[in-house]
Amino acid sequence: MNVKPIVILCFYISVLCGPVFAQGFANLGRATEGFTIPKLGYSFDFPADHGPHPDFQIEWWYLTANLKDAQGRDLGLQWTLFRSAMAPTEANDWSSPQLWMGHAAVTTPDNHYVSERLSRGGIGQAGVTAAPFDAWIDDWQMAGKSFDALTLRASGVDFSYEMELTAEGPLIFHGEQGYSQKSDSGRASYYYSQPFYKISGVLSLPEGEVDVTGTAWLDREWASQPLAATQVSWDWFSMVLDGGIRMMGFTLHDSDGSDYTQATWIMPDGHTIDYPDGAFEADILERTEIAGRSVPTKWHVRLKEQGVDVVVTAINPLAWMETSVPYWEGPVRISGSHSGRGYLEMTGY
Amino acid sequence: MTRLSLQALWSHWRRNPWQLLTLLAGLALSTALWSGVQAINAEARASYASAADVLDAGDVARVLKVDGSVFSIEEFVLLRRSGWLVSPVLEGETEIGETQFRIVGIEPLTFPAALPQGLQDAQGSVSLVSDAPIALAHPDDLPLLKGLDMQLRADATRPRGNLLMDIGQAERLLGAQGGIQRLLLSPEIPLDQNRLPDEFRVAQVDVQADVARLTESFHLNLTAFGLLSFAVGIFIVYGAVGLAFEQRRGMFRTLRALGVSLRHLMLLLSIELCIFALLAGIAGVALGYLIAAALLPDVAATLRGLYGAEVTGQLQLRASWWLSGLGMAFGGAAVAAFAALYKLANMPVLSFNHPRSMSLGAEHVSRRLAVLSVILFIAGTTVTLVGEGLIAGFFMLACLLIGSAIALPWLLERVLKFAQQHSTAPLAQWFWADSRQQLPGLSMALMALMLAMAANIGVSTMVSSFRLTFVDYLDQRLSSELYIAARTEKEAADIAKFLDGKVDALLPIMSVDVRIGGLPAEVYGIIDHATYRENWPLLMAEPNVWDAVAAGKGVLVSEQLARRQDWQVGDMVPSGDRLIGIYSDYGNSIGQLIMSDALFSARYPDVPRLRFGVRTDQPDAISSALQNTFNLDEDGLINQEDLKAFSLDIFERTFSVTGALNVLTLSVAALAILISLLTLATMRLPQLAPVWALGVTRTTLSRIELLRALCLASMTAVISVPVGLILAWVLLAVINVEAFGWRLPMYVFPADYLRLGGLTLVAAFLAALWPAIRLARTDAQSLLKVFSNER
Repeated sequence: MNVKPIVILCFYISVLCGPVFAQGFANLGRATEGFTIPKLGYSFDFPADHGPHPDFQIEWWYLTANLKDAQGRDLGLQWTLFRSAMAPTEANDWSSPQLWMGHAAVTTPDNHYVSERLSRGGIGQAGVTAAPFDAWIDDWQMAGKSFDALTLRASGVDFSYEMELTAEGPLIFHGEQGYSQKSDSGRASYYYSQPFYKISGVLSLPEGEVDVTGTAWLDREWASQPLAATQVSWDWFSMVLDGGIRMMGFTLHDSDGSDYTQATWIMPDGHTIDYPDGAFEADILERTEIAGRSVPTKWHVRLKEQGVDVVVTAINPLAWMETSVPYWEGPVRISGSHSGRGYLEMTGY
Repeated sequence: MTRLSLQALWSHWRRNPWQLLTLLAGLALSTALWSGVQAINAEARASYASAADVLDAGDVARVLKVDGSVFSIEEFVLLRRSGWLVSPVLEGETEIGETQFRIVGIEPLTFPAALPQGLQDAQGSVSLVSDAPIALAHPDDLPLLKGLDMQLRADATRPRGNLLMDIGQAERLLGAQGGIQRLLLSPEIPLDQNRLPDEFRVAQVDVQADVARLTESFHLNLTAFGLLSFAVGIFIVYGAVGLAFEQRRGMFRTLRALGVSLRHLMLLLSIELCIFALLAGIAGVALGYLIAAALLPDVAATLRGLYGAEVTGQLQLRASWWLSGLGMAFGGAAVAAFAALYKLANMPVLSFNHPRSMSLGAEHVSRRLAVLSVILFIAGTTVTLVGEGLIAGFFMLACLLIGSAIALPWLLERVLKFAQQHSTAPLAQWFWADSRQQLPGLSMALMALMLAMAANIGVSTMVSSFRLTFVDYLDQRLSSELYIAARTEKEAADIAKFLDGKVDALLPIMSVDVRIGGLPAEVYGIIDHATYRENWPLLMAEPNVWDAVAAGKGVLVSEQLARRQDWQVGDMVPSGDRLIGIYSDYGNSIGQLIMSDALFSARYPDVPRLRFGVRTDQPDAISSALQNTFNLDEDGLINQEDLKAFSLDIFERTFSVTGALNVLTLSVAALAILISLLTLATMRLPQLAPVWALGVTRTTLSRIELLRALCLASMTAVISVPVGLILAWVLLAVINVEAFGWRLPMYVFPADYLRLGGLTLVAAFLAALWPAIRLARTDAQSLLKVFSNER
């Protein structure tokens, strides 16, 4: 889920300095003084690691869900909490250097509803506790006795939702036991997911209340300066294929034209196969003009080692996130050698 | 050559220092009046621009605690977690260095409006956590903040003594002296927002945010007055420049004959003028500063009383107005000198002075001006009938004043011609004929006099009408002897119990702030009582209006609100009630709507009952008994007498500004006459010499001159009375309605006009005195020279 470092690093810059966020990319090269750097061989500690790591610069709890309503319509939902630190400390008042940002969205074939919330840490307006698990910003919340059974809610001026999530498989770890490399120069993050959630609940939309069920995918990732300064954009795919197989793949584009890719093949029992740079391929088939930009909304995706050769099509090509740092995020349909549904996230367009 | 020419030009001023002084004084005075008014405007605008910007975040509503206490962080978080998108503002005062500062801390991440420019910076996160967090302060405050360990940024929109920063920094500086008194409420309402807990309430945008809009009319009034003063002042400059030109005719001729090119001469004269404009402009701006400083406290009091707008009573030098003052000085000098330079450009190298032929030409000009004035009157009337708004009102005023001013020479010419035709004595005939000949030279000064007088009559009529109405209105409106505001509902109940039996009546006053038509308004609930039935200043109402109000069958609204919304008696207002009466509510910029107590309670069940009016014949005894028992604060217990005195004080202060400007304008007009007469005096010797030669003594001639000045001034005064009355009518019935939302009945004050007329004659007499004395002292040789020179 590689776009987030950019989003998160840009976010406080853009919030506080508005028009200069073009410089945000340059900020990726900024020294991360005092912050902890991810190391190979880290052994995760749960439930503590479901909670925040304030000594790392950036972190997120990122949930996407593919839903169906009673008419069989394909819908999507997003709930994200980002944490960004300006210093590797925390305080229990306004002086907290921890900043929080929430994004929530619902995507239907015809509409895309988005809302954003910002908060600083230290005062209780936003935060995460590991046990019992509770992640919140304002009235948005993802919480449960354990990570395996969660309730989820969020609302904007024109939508809201309340969902129940139940995990039907184990946590999976990307890269080398959760150490996910982002470039040849060794930049990396800690990255694990719960891709096996069953989800059901109610969406409140302008068209009325919609009962939905489906699958959800929760990403957890934290790092400090995980990107090289020249890594300017990202395409990230999560796929739930027929037969219970799941797959994650991303392409990181460098300003010199080279790409860095990674993929994880996830079997129904939770076993994973990690594919390093070069195995995962994604080519643009179609673009959509949106918000003055040309955004790819139909892709040709391959992972030859697993015989994957599919076309990935956006359910709603206009799923543009008009937030402090805008990006594209929405549900997709998969067809070809495999079929299924998934989520696509793109930034840098 | 240039040096010699400049020396020659300068020699004139060396020989006539008084003339130089009047020129400079005229220019300085007009600049002063203009820049003084501009300084006041700039100061007031700056004050509320900053009051309205971040503190009230433009048009943003707020969440407050019902009990008025400060918010804890937990309460803020509780509201956020209930779906209320609020943003805290932490405020307090503390001493930095030697100075007391108001610290305002905002929370940038949740701030529901655009952040102040200074916080949007390339350094970004600096404002939150860094070694050098940002504080925004008024530029003039920066030197006072040397000791502050923050990164200071100048922001001219901040009020003096006010520092804006991140909430974390504000808390650090203020400690226990700070508190979150309000939460700004985002206009975005999430779908699943919970009900607001009982201890909080939402306050819609209060008056402060609309101050700029509400006071705009007041400033437009001031600006118009400043412009009028400036115009009158420019007449002086016109006179002085014209005089200097006439007197230097011979010099110009000599210089030209000696080989100075016309272009060169014009250039030198322009340079001379620029130097004068610069000197007079600087003096004028300085003088304007003094005028503004003297008037500002009154203006500040007016704005506070009338609109609740806070203006710092301290004047600052702002580039905007002193530059505009200098600009006006240059512009004014250019306008005043244009005619003189134009004449010079077209003057033959050898020319003679022919005043009679000049005045013959002037007759055509005055006729053309009279036609133009008719066109202006028609345009003004049309705009009044068709147009709307304050600008249309001022346009009509401008048409009226300019039209009457330029019609004046033609009117006077008619009167003088009539007098000439009906007089038989030779000297009398000569008097009228000579007056007609002088008219073109004097007409500018007379126009200035007429404008000044008309403005005086108009404004004083308006003020006096206003005063009569206002005093009457206060008596009606403030009919309760005491006004009480309790702090809590329990205290209110205790007070009611305490007063039970001790007073004639206890009238609960309930009100709630609302918005009607996008502007702030108040809704009041009143009980049925004789106090209202007997005293309320109703302008229009249905029969049995009080019974209908008591029965909840209709509501009353204030005149301002009715005019603003274009409501008539019988209309349905948006709340679904029938409008059954309109009452006057002078001096209040906020609209009002009154309904019965029962209806109010049903509509606004959450509004606490805290205020009462008390009817009693022993207000002092009750007042001290209440004070002893309940220890009410300053605003908690108000005596009707004090309130009346306070209101009248505001009123007097409001118009002390116009009064002062009136006096200044009239003095300027008198100065204009003086200078015009001085100008004419030198040109007139050729006309006076033959009369003198026929045996009329110089003393008699000078008396005739004095008489002429008085005669022309009184004619002008007579003409200015109707102009002034029309002006008053426009002010009361058009400008006032547009600017303040109420219309006042017009009263006429003949005694005042007579006194003003007398004052004008005195001014004209004094202005004519010096030229007359000079004439009486003219030596016979100068008069004789006229004949030799003519040959």
